[in-house]
Amino acid sequence: MTDVIDRPVNLDSDDQGPVNPDHGHDHGHDHHGPSGLVKWMTSTDHKVIGISYTVTSLTMMIIGGAFAEIIRAQLVSPTSTLVSFAQYNELFTMHGSVMIYLFVGPFAFAGLANYLVPLQIGAPDMAFPRLNLLSYWLYLSGSLVMLSGFLTSGGAANFGWVGYAPLSNVTASPGSGADLWIVALMLTGFSAIFSGVNLVATIFYLRAPGMTLFRMPIFTWNMLITGILILLAFPILTGGLVMLYCDRHFGTHIFTVSGGGVPLLWQHIFWFWGHPEVYILALPMFGMVTEVFAVFSKKPIFGYRGMVFATISIGALSLGVWAHHMFTTGAVLLPFFSAMSLLIAVPTGIKMFNWIGTMWGGKVTYSTSMLMAMGFLFTFLVGGITGIYLASPPIDFFTHDTYFVVAHFHSVVMALVLGAMSAIFLWFPKMSGIMLNERLGKFQFWFLFIGTQVFTFPMYLVGLKGMPRRMAVYPNNPSWQSLNQWASVGALLIGISMVFFIVNALYSFKKRVPAGDNPWDAQTLEWYTSSPPPAHNFVSLPPIHSERPTWDYNHPDHLSLGHGDKEKAKAGS
Amino acid sequence: MSSLPPSSDSLSAEQALPATKNKSKKLLLVLLAPLALAGCQVPSFGGYKGVTKTANSTFHLWQGFNLAAIVVGGITLAVMAWAIFAYRAKKGDGSIPKQTQYHIPLEVTYTVIPILVVVGLFVATVVVENQVVADPTPSATINVTAFQWGWKFTYPGTKAVVVGQTTASPIMVMPVNQDVRINLVSSDVIHGFYIPEFNFSRFAQPGMVNTFTFHANKTGLYSAQCSQLCGLYHSLMYFRVDVVSPSQYQAWISSKNASTSARTAIAANGAIVIQDNPGIPVIPSHSNGAQ
Repeated sequence: MTDVIDRPVNLDSDDQGPVNPDHGHDHGHDHHGPSGLVKWMTSTDHKVIGISYTVTSLTMMIIGGAFAEIIRAQLVSPTSTLVSFAQYNELFTMHGSVMIYLFVGPFAFAGLANYLVPLQIGAPDMAFPRLNLLSYWLYLSGSLVMLSGFLTSGGAANFGWVGYAPLSNVTASPGSGADLWIVALMLTGFSAIFSGVNLVATIFYLRAPGMTLFRMPIFTWNMLITGILILLAFPILTGGLVMLYCDRHFGTHIFTVSGGGVPLLWQHIFWFWGHPEVYILALPMFGMVTEVFAVFSKKPIFGYRGMVFATISIGALSLGVWAHHMFTTGAVLLPFFSAMSLLIAVPTGIKMFNWIGTMWGGKVTYSTSMLMAMGFLFTFLVGGITGIYLASPPIDFFTHDTYFVVAHFHSVVMALVLGAMSAIFLWFPKMSGIMLNERLGKFQFWFLFIGTQVFTFPMYLVGLKGMPRRMAVYPNNPSWQSLNQWASVGALLIGISMVFFIVNALYSFKKRVPAGDNPWDAQTLEWYTSSPPPAHNFVSLPPIHSERPTWDYNHPDHLSLGHGDKEKAKAGS
Repeated sequence: MSSLPPSSDSLSAEQALPATKNKSKKLLLVLLAPLALAGCQVPSFGGYKGVTKTANSTFHLWQGFNLAAIVVGGITLAVMAWAIFAYRAKKGDGSIPKQTQYHIPLEVTYTVIPILVVVGLFVATVVVENQVVADPTPSATINVTAFQWGWKFTYPGTKAVVVGQTTASPIMVMPVNQDVRINLVSSDVIHGFYIPEFNFSRFAQPGMVNTFTFHANKTGLYSAQCSQLCGLYHSLMYFRVDVVSPSQYQAWISSKNASTSARTAIAANGAIVIQDNPGIPVIPSHSNGAQ
């Protein structure tokens, strides 16, 4: 560890709470403890749990992706018999469920967040390490419970990842795969709630001396808003699932017309969770790419404060837009939800321009991580603009439940996947101490980026022609075939990109190119400590005067400039 | 499209709308004026021009959104591409760029302009939306019941009933140039009543009747199908819409009134009666079909 100027802060590292600057003893080496499998199962270290989450969620991505490849293979022909109607319904239900509940969410708010948030704010661990471990085990068991639906005689859940009542009732979906799906979501739901508790508590109570709220990195800011959204949204879903389970097995009639219930209530409950959920998935990735743009442009984040306020407004607005998923029910106030949904475009646009502004005037390096972030930018622009279309009820009326909507949210989630990959390439060296291979990474990027566009654009077009989603066959419309085949080609390219990713990980672990503490000349606090960091993260801390203490420490002559600060720039350079 | 310029739509629509809405109507005309002037030169952007009055308005809204998207998205993309390519680091250039972090006027600009764009889109949306959800006094009414996995169309006050499931594609007959009210409900799970060329879909839900009005302005036979996942044979839950002249429609109703007695007797058995469609369903009759 390099010497520090200014007053160094030595950290005590008990799980109990805030740092104690006077009590310093050597944490340069790992605590002696279990290793291997026992360490993985019992460690409450946020870094171990973070890696467990990341690896498990990426495994889920591969499983969900395999389902997607089968779905796309089925749709190559209008009358394909590759899978049966029943199997097809199970496949798209489990594809959506695995991707949303088991991959993107846990990756975003529990994988990298667990690993990075304590490091970015100079904390020794998360606020509640044991709760954190419980959270992981709930997630893992929930994942296994959901997938075990395939082993039941009736097959896995088959009513779509949204589980609309009354299709999800015991008459229309009698199989135990449906029950396993419900129970799995309760388990992963509690896991998410515990993660949210941990994130919010950690960020509010465990920041290092000097790390004020407006000196937190954008990723940590986004995780704070995400944590709050989790606490507001996830209990609603979990409550709804309990109601659904009671309807199925305990004779209640909450969503059943015959007993005086209202099926529409499920949609309100589901989307009251479901729309904040979109931002629970997106905000962490927004935070990740924000850091990437800054690092590979060698500049501070442009409009840092505006970015924070944009994130806060996205979080607030996201709680008032849920019924835009329900425009075609004929039972919601169209102008209100339309206005709220359109308004979300404004803070999202601010972020978009801040990302561009961060690159503007910088020294942009085309590393794999940066290419992925640029791919995110384009793909998210497409997904964002088509999202504005869908906020308009008359346009939603003819695109709802068609492939146009499928294409829209796949543009968005594929942008999030590009953002996730960008983050992996940036932080893998910190987490492992070794570098990923850049050449393989660039192959992966081109397959992933081009594949995404080849996959989504035909789906927009076939949706406009009137192809509804969740169709196992389309015998009356052979003219939809060529567009579907193009989409399948795109899906195949995306699949190949993931092969490059797996090969890259294996190759890099074999090759072991050492990373060093800060291979990218990155800016935030996690790059100040060693790679991987010691058991309690920091031996010492640099002074914290901005959101990028490591940069300020390494480049004291190149501090961030406020508006109109031209003089300092000349003095600095 | 040339037969139905947006201005002629708006004239007839104005009569139905309350006076307070005229202002926003005019605002829409101003907003969409370039579109109206350009006429057929504005591309369809993959959308249907539509064969009902509201479908035409929706189509124009769709075109407007696309033009806005091209302008805003195009500018964003150009700026993005410039930032990516113009500021790339030369090989071996280890220098550190100017550490600019804030430019308040610029940030205000890219906050205010999107707000203005969004307000414009919202106004256009509300005007078209009020047309689409308007509920004028109808000339004909059709009750539509969706079930797993088919459709039943009944015509209140007549004996006309059309039932069919899956690929039998039952036909909903309706008159052209008249307001036709649809009362939509489901007898089991949620279905999606989706007619692509009408630029319209609406959920058919159990225990809740959805009412809306079509004013078709072009005769023809249009394909349609269930858009909301409803179980095993969702993919095959087709129907068709036959828009005919008012005289043909009356003739069809009369023929039904004359000959329904025998058919209702069959339907009373609980079996599904396929009328007007010689096609054989690929799925055997399902016990919980039409009620």
